[in-house]
Amino acid sequence: MEAGTGTKGTAASMSVMKRVTLIFRSKANKALDRMEDPRETLDYSYQRQLEMLQKVRRGVADVATSRKRVELQMNQIQQQSNKLEKQARDALGAGREDLAREALTRRSSAQSQLNDLQAQYASLQAEEEKLTVASQRLQSKVDAFRTRKETIKATYTAAEAQTRINEAFSGISEEMGDVGMAIQRAEDKTAQMQARAGAIDELLASGALEDVSGTPRDDIQAELDRMGAGNDVELELQKLRGELGSGSTPELEAGPPAGSDGNAARNSNSGRTAPAPPETANGVQPPADGVQPPAGHGAPTAGEPAIPASDVGESAIPSADPPRTSDQP
Amino acid sequence: MIVRILGEGQLRIDDPATAGLSDLDARLTAAIDAGDEPAFRRALKALIAGARAAGTPVPADSLQPSELILPYEDADLAEVRKMMTDEGLIPG
Repeated sequence: MEAGTGTKGTAASMSVMKRVTLIFRSKANKALDRMEDPRETLDYSYQRQLEMLQKVRRGVADVATSRKRVELQMNQIQQQSNKLEKQARDALGAGREDLAREALTRRSSAQSQLNDLQAQYASLQAEEEKLTVASQRLQSKVDAFRTRKETIKATYTAAEAQTRINEAFSGISEEMGDVGMAIQRAEDKTAQMQARAGAIDELLASGALEDVSGTPRDDIQAELDRMGAGNDVELELQKLRGELGSGSTPELEAGPPAGSDGNAARNSNSGRTAPAPPETANGVQPPADGVQPPAGHGAPTAGEPAIPASDVGESAIPSADPPRTSDQP
Repeated sequence: MIVRILGEGQLRIDDPATAGLSDLDARLTAAIDAGDEPAFRRALKALIAGARAAGTPVPADSLQPSELILPYEDADLAEVRKMMTDEGLIPG
C-alpha cells in the first residue's frame, strides 16, 4: 500500500490514517532545506537533529521539575491534613464537637485536594517516561543517520547521493516531527499544571486550606459534595469518640469547656459553648468562596458573629494552624 | 507495512492484518465526520490497540519512513481534526 499516492478523493472521504500521514509527510519534507550539493544537506540536517535531541532532553527536565513541585505540594497538604486531624482529636477531647467537626471538614477538603494532586503527579510521571523513551529513540536514529551520512559522503558523488539521502531523510524527518510534537504536547500539559500548582501554592501560603475545595461546580454537585463530606465527618467523629473513650462525650459537657486547651476554650464566647447540634449536612462545609478573615492567626474578636445558618462558625478555627495559647481574658 | 503511532514509534504490520485496521479506520473516519466524541474515542482506542496487537516494533535505529501514521492514543477529536488539516502539525 502506498499512502503517498492517495491524493485522489476529497479530504472528507479519505481515511483518517491516510490524511494524517499525507499532511505529516508534506510538513516534514517542507522542513528540510535543500542545499546545492545534497551532501551538504546531510551535515546541516545532522546539526538540526542534535538540536532536537537537546530540546527533548530539556523537555524531560522541565516535566521532571513540574513533577517534583507537585510532589512537594502533596507533602505539604498531607502535613496540613495530619495537623487538622490532631486538632479534631484535641477539640473533641475538650468537648468541642463543633470545632472537631470544622477541623474534619477542612481535612476532608485537604484530602480531596490531595487526590487531585496525585492524579496530576501520575500524569506528569507518564509524560516524563514517554519523553524519555522518545529521546532514546531519536538518539538511536540520529546515530544511525550519522553513520549513513558518512557512508554516503565517502561513497557517492553528488549526483548519485540524492536517492540515498532521500531515503535517510524521510525516516529521520518523520521521527523529528513526531518528537517535536511530543515536546509541544508535554509543554502544553505542564503549562496547565504549573498554573494550577501556582494556585495551590497561594492557598497553602495563605493558610486558607479550607478553601481548597476549589473549582466552581454546579449547585447539585456542590450539594452532593457537602453531603458526602458531611458523612465522612460524622464517621470520623464517631471514630475519634470511640478512641477517646467515654469521658468526653460532648453531651455531658454542655457547660463551660473544661479544658484549658487553647483550641477549644479560647473561643468559647457569646453563648457558643453549647454543644453543637448541627444535623443539617449543609452546615458543615464552608462555601467554596468563603474567604477566611485575613487575620488568620489572631484570635477572633468576641463580638464576631457566628456564621449564619450554622453553628459551625468559620471563625471557630482561625486558621489551620491556631496559636495554642491558653491565655484567657 | 510500517505504521507509526505518534508518540510511540513504529510498528511493522503484516499485510493480512491491515484489512482489519482499515475497517477500524473507517469507523474512526465516520466518527470524526459525525463529530461524535465518544464514538471517536472508542474507534481511536480500538484502532491503536489493533495496530499494537498486529505489529512488531521496528528497531529504533531504522531510518525507514512509515506508510501510515496514526494519531496519539489520547488525542481528542479537535486535535485529530487539526492533524488532518495543514495547521498545527509539526511545530518549527
